[in-house]
Amino acid sequence: MTDLSRRNFLLTAAGGGMMLGLSLPPAGAQAAGDKPFVPNVFVRIGKDGQIVLTMPYVEMGQGTYTSIPMLIAEELEVALSQVKLEHAPPDEKTYGNPLLAGVQATGGSTAVMASWQPLRQAGAVARTLLIQAAAKRWNVDPVSCRAQEGEVLHTASGRKLKYGELAADAASLPVPKDVPLKAPKDFKLIGTPAKRLDAPAKVNGAALYGIDVRPPGVKVATLAQSPVFGGKLRNVDDTAARAVKGVRQVVKLDDCVAVVADHMGAAKKGLAALKVEWDDGPHANLTTQDIARELEQATRNAGAVAEDVGDTDKALASAATRVEASYQVPFLAHATMEPMNCTVHVRRDGCDVWVGTQVAARAQAAAAKVTGLPLEKVVLHQHLIGGGFGRRLEIDGVTRATQIAQKVDGPVKVVWTREEDIQHDMYRPLWFDRLSAGLDESGKPVAWNHRFAGSSVIARWLPPGFNNGLDPDSIEGAVKFAYGLPNKRVEYLRVEPPGIPTTFWRSVGPSHTIFVVESFMDELAAAAKQDPVAYRLALLDKTPRAKAALALAAEKAGWGRKLPEGSGRGVSVQTVFGSCFATVAEVAVAKDGSVRVRRVVAVMDCGTVVNPDTVRAQIESAINFGISAALYGEITLKDGRVEQSNFDNYQVLRMDEAPVIEVHIVKSGEAPGGMGEPGTSAIVPAVANAIFAATGKRLRKMPVDTELLKRPA
Amino acid sequence: MAYLVKINGKTHSVDVDGDTPLLWVLRDVLGMTGTKFGCGMALCGACTVHVDGNAVRSCVTPVDSLKGSSVTTIEAVGSTPAGAKVQKAWLDREVVQCGYCQSGQIMSAAALLAANPKPTDADIDDAMAGNICRCGTYGRIREAIKQAAQSQTRSQGKGG
Repeated sequence: MTDLSRRNFLLTAAGGGMMLGLSLPPAGAQAAGDKPFVPNVFVRIGKDGQIVLTMPYVEMGQGTYTSIPMLIAEELEVALSQVKLEHAPPDEKTYGNPLLAGVQATGGSTAVMASWQPLRQAGAVARTLLIQAAAKRWNVDPVSCRAQEGEVLHTASGRKLKYGELAADAASLPVPKDVPLKAPKDFKLIGTPAKRLDAPAKVNGAALYGIDVRPPGVKVATLAQSPVFGGKLRNVDDTAARAVKGVRQVVKLDDCVAVVADHMGAAKKGLAALKVEWDDGPHANLTTQDIARELEQATRNAGAVAEDVGDTDKALASAATRVEASYQVPFLAHATMEPMNCTVHVRRDGCDVWVGTQVAARAQAAAAKVTGLPLEKVVLHQHLIGGGFGRRLEIDGVTRATQIAQKVDGPVKVVWTREEDIQHDMYRPLWFDRLSAGLDESGKPVAWNHRFAGSSVIARWLPPGFNNGLDPDSIEGAVKFAYGLPNKRVEYLRVEPPGIPTTFWRSVGPSHTIFVVESFMDELAAAAKQDPVAYRLALLDKTPRAKAALALAAEKAGWGRKLPEGSGRGVSVQTVFGSCFATVAEVAVAKDGSVRVRRVVAVMDCGTVVNPDTVRAQIESAINFGISAALYGEITLKDGRVEQSNFDNYQVLRMDEAPVIEVHIVKSGEAPGGMGEPGTSAIVPAVANAIFAATGKRLRKMPVDTELLKRPA
Repeated sequence: MAYLVKINGKTHSVDVDGDTPLLWVLRDVLGMTGTKFGCGMALCGACTVHVDGNAVRSCVTPVDSLKGSSVTTIEAVGSTPAGAKVQKAWLDREVVQCGYCQSGQIMSAAALLAANPKPTDADIDDAMAGNICRCGTYGRIREAIKQAAQSQTRSQGKGG
């Protein structure tokens, strides 16, 4: 993990981080005889011809259980339906994500990027060995043979052997290190809209998420943790709770109490019947305002320099016009549809953990740490994830469930209520930003100064990634952005808020930086009295892909066409997660200040597309996720407690509010970029800019404050 | 005391408190985990089932309120004409992502189509606004409902 080259890779490549990982069974060495053909850690072919892909990434909706098998199937010359998936076991050395410093993690929109070479290579090596095995059998030159549809064919004689028939022979051949990959023009699967392999089980109730597991004898527990972060359990009267039918046990920990029952209905009823006294601890009076004020004050001082081009101070001083603004974005919860849960069976000599996690190896290690068992005695059962968005990159839930399970005889499924899930999330950080820019006489920006303060998730999650006061995630989108500016300085101040834990949230660092950068760029266009699209296009000569995406988005959106009063269009463009993405949002602002996003046009250039329908789906998804945040998303603290608790006061976008989304995918031969997150970071400023176009009000703080947008009736 | 509940055509006896929500009877007592827990307050729709053909939120439906009603869950909705068409449309339109909310979405959509074979966009909004999808599959859900409605109308036409 601290290997320098890997660290470098993290710092220079993916940047922010939110993909996730899974884990699987031992692949390992070449075997002979009846053993399966296992040319590498990803592919296994049995005598029966069954092809098994050991999946290093976990499915949480992003379509990775379809797109990654496509890479293998393409090179193996088999139909997608012939590839069976297994979760990779917790094994960081074998299944670590090269774009996330080797952590076995699914996050940061990295799965296809990280798999593009190695998974195709794994398939190509297998194919090459199967061809060699067949050629040897027939005593012909391998060059005269080819693979097609799960068989090796000797072209001249028409002889054929199925992969299963060749598996044992292939297993005895030396494994070549690198073999040639198929040329893109020969792709049969990559670039075609493959049907999702996980869909059938998700329309009939058969799909098993972590919350669905039922090992024999399992009890169900639900919990109350200290409502103030850092508080302790002082006293519990559980008399009434233990009298509830179906309640079996009340578990008390330092900062948590759990009710164990035959079913969740009894557990919840028991929890409600507890009389609990808490010692709130040092954060008993904390409010969000305290935290925002601390960040605001921090930005009065210089921070760690993340980017420094030209002489920004000088250029600012001599600029014809100067524009200044400050911005703020809130804490956000993940609110995954599947509430946090984890099922654990602790025994004296071992432990089983059932959970859907973005970090399999860390989840295993968490249970080992609590129980004191050696790693190999902890068996992790990976499951489908009912929404990750970064929440399941953390193992706090595994730790908590294992602590409870230690006190329970037999397996226990610990299920967070929605209230507990929202009030004990780990949150997208609150950030505060200060910006100033200088424009020349023509209105063109000649200086850009951006300083911001907030939590560094990387500093905790991946300490080697935090260096000299900087981490690659917090600054992604703020540094090296698409625009060419002669003088630019970006500074970051790491300020960890007290009494509230932070973590990754869909679109990670750029969920903050793109909102600020694209809103402020819009302010500069307004100050220069220029069209926001034309103003941006003039600054994008050095990033032609971004420029082309923006131009196409504007064209498809009918940019400049008249809209009714109270409506407006807003734009954003970004180059994060290895992809270029441009968005135009159309909003309508009602007299009462409420905002509807009516239509969104998105142009994605994510290089080579593996599964175009997945790309489309992820863009639609990420945009709706971002609109929830823009219109409603905010976690606030009062008296140290999270004030929001369920979908009534932590609102998310619903069917009747969802916009029409048009996605245009740019054809490209570049290496694949990420596509699970760009829509989220992009849509927030596009909406804010559209509101400005509709009302003349610049919203520098998210979420949208409808009070500011009210007009006389 | 024990309650008799009729689920997907089969009667089960369950020994729980009468105020136990149907959701937990399904998931934890009977092991039918296709119906999902999302909020516990009828705010998200993940737990939607049919009670005598109507979409209800099982997380706030006490087991003692059922009184002989017939419950249909995602596990069996495919054997109803509307349910089968909705499931097919869901697959044709590639609606699902994480999939966790989709049991509830499908149950709401199937109840809508069973009652209203040709829903307008406003009808769809009304019937579906109670079902949250954090993956934001709303656009595809709308298209899938329209497709299912069309296939339903066609097949009914054929039959008649």
